[in-house]
Amino acid sequence: MDRSLYEKKNRFIDTVLNIFIQLSTFISVVLLIIIIGYICYRGIPYFSLDYLVNTTSILKNTIGILPNIVNTIYMIVVTLLIACPIGIGGAIYLNEYATNKKFVTMISFTTEVLAGIPSIIYGLFGMLFFGGVLKLDYSILTGALTLSIMILPIISRNAQIALQAVPKSYREAALGMGSTKWYMIRTVLLPSAIPGILTGVILAMGRIVAESAALLFTAGSLAVLPKNIFGHLFSSGGTLTIQLYLEMAKAHYDQAFVIALILIVIVLCLNFVAKWISRKFDVNKRG
Amino acid sequence: MDKSMVSILSNRQTKSMVEKVAAIILTACAIVSVIAVISITVYMFISGTPALFQVGITDILFSSVWTPTAEVPSYGILYVILTSIIGVFFAICIAVPIGILTAINLAEIAKPKIRGVVKSAIELLAGIPSVVYGLLGILIINPFMYQLELIIFKDSSTHQFTGGSNLISAILVLAIMILPTLINITETALQTVPDHYRKSSLALGASQMQTIFKVVLPAAKNGIMSAIVLGVGRAIGEAMAILLVAGNSVNLPLPFSSVRFLTTAIVSEMSYASGTHRDVLFTIGLVLFVFIICMNLILTFILKGGKDDG
Repeated sequence: MDRSLYEKKNRFIDTVLNIFIQLSTFISVVLLIIIIGYICYRGIPYFSLDYLVNTTSILKNTIGILPNIVNTIYMIVVTLLIACPIGIGGAIYLNEYATNKKFVTMISFTTEVLAGIPSIIYGLFGMLFFGGVLKLDYSILTGALTLSIMILPIISRNAQIALQAVPKSYREAALGMGSTKWYMIRTVLLPSAIPGILTGVILAMGRIVAESAALLFTAGSLAVLPKNIFGHLFSSGGTLTIQLYLEMAKAHYDQAFVIALILIVIVLCLNFVAKWISRKFDVNKRG
Repeated sequence: MDKSMVSILSNRQTKSMVEKVAAIILTACAIVSVIAVISITVYMFISGTPALFQVGITDILFSSVWTPTAEVPSYGILYVILTSIIGVFFAICIAVPIGILTAINLAEIAKPKIRGVVKSAIELLAGIPSVVYGLLGILIINPFMYQLELIIFKDSSTHQFTGGSNLISAILVLAIMILPTLINITETALQTVPDHYRKSSLALGASQMQTIFKVVLPAAKNGIMSAIVLGVGRAIGEAMAILLVAGNSVNLPLPFSSVRFLTTAIVSEMSYASGTHRDVLFTIGLVLFVFIICMNLILTFILKGGKDDG
């Protein structure tokens, strides 16, 4: 045996496995390229600004998705207004106040369960509870309340991670200087955890924009412009995804692809912003 | 002098009030998730059980005739349940190998630059709305399936042509949709495997592939299991993407028949259902919910097992 120790023995199976691994990665990436490419290919030719700023109306003979865009914005704002305080508050409690270990495990478990419940179940629950019991019927508020339960895990989990990343010395320094606990949380902890919390909020926004099954039976599908700012909360409103579904069911594929294009652009932007924030404010990187 | 004394004291009082109120509000926020889970469970059971007693448990769960609007309605959802189980099973079979191998590449092999690109692609894939997947399924996968169908059933006289909206199309869409979940969680699991495992294995003369498949993967087994369970949960709960892709008529889940899943059964009929029909749809919701809760319990069990191992 005069083979050198440094000579690498190439096992055939290793090469095969490596090829499979590279192939799988290739498939995952190519899928995305096909998806985005196809949407651009079908969507861009029909894209026009008129479509964005008009309301679909048979009387005026216009088609457009402005009401759906407005509804989507409503949905994002209202849902975040409800879910953010609750999610962040819960995270603060779990991280800073909670002492009972069983209680913490229970809350973590339920958050886990909430994250796993499919959106169609949220839709049914929202329809029964917010729509039926609270008599909100099909309205943006019903949809927003339903979605806020759905995105609660995303917000609270990210907030919790962000809070955990704040060095212990910050807390001790603030408390040592005579600050009370809540004052410390408000003025020291939250500001340093803001980037992490924001990342969670943006991910939640992405989820709201993409949601459809939970909204079909809660927010409905009406596409009219709001007559007054707060009254609109109590009227039915279909978001972009719902409109996409309706167009798709009616086989209006051109319009569906324009909406898909808009949705993809929104998702891309949100992803980009989330990345930018977490890179810019990375606590670990700054030292 | 006196005045400032008073102000300090009262200030302290308000301060301690604020402290107490803050603590109470924060506790309340934390409890919301518990209340939400309990009320969702309660409502799913309240709305889902009446039909079970009204129609009879066996007539719903173990009958395969679904004619809710007929004169003598029949509410058998056996085929719907079977479709969900079989559909999700095959979607997992397709997605798991691709997902795990991609995760291995990301965690163990790929250079940082490639890793960054693939990671962003996966994140985007996860963010794409499910209706968009449905749209693409209809316009890319269905026509392709139709061609295949035409070739395979050329001489068959009994086959009902579906235009490509069949079980296979739905399985493909589901498999794509759960890929990001699988990849992300598996990658995290692989990263938590301590580095000295790899180094010891390499030092013993194992090749990189041997190390990955014989040391790292077994060590990350719990994490990978939970990735699969979460993937199952995601696949079984998906509605809008497969609603139109699957063809949406109640049939025995054969590869080339138009089928209906648990989720799509609810979506497609909820808007016009009433009375017992509506109650049965809620029962379908309950069946789905029970599936999901089982998945969650399995997941907790797996994670607990992982902790015991060290």
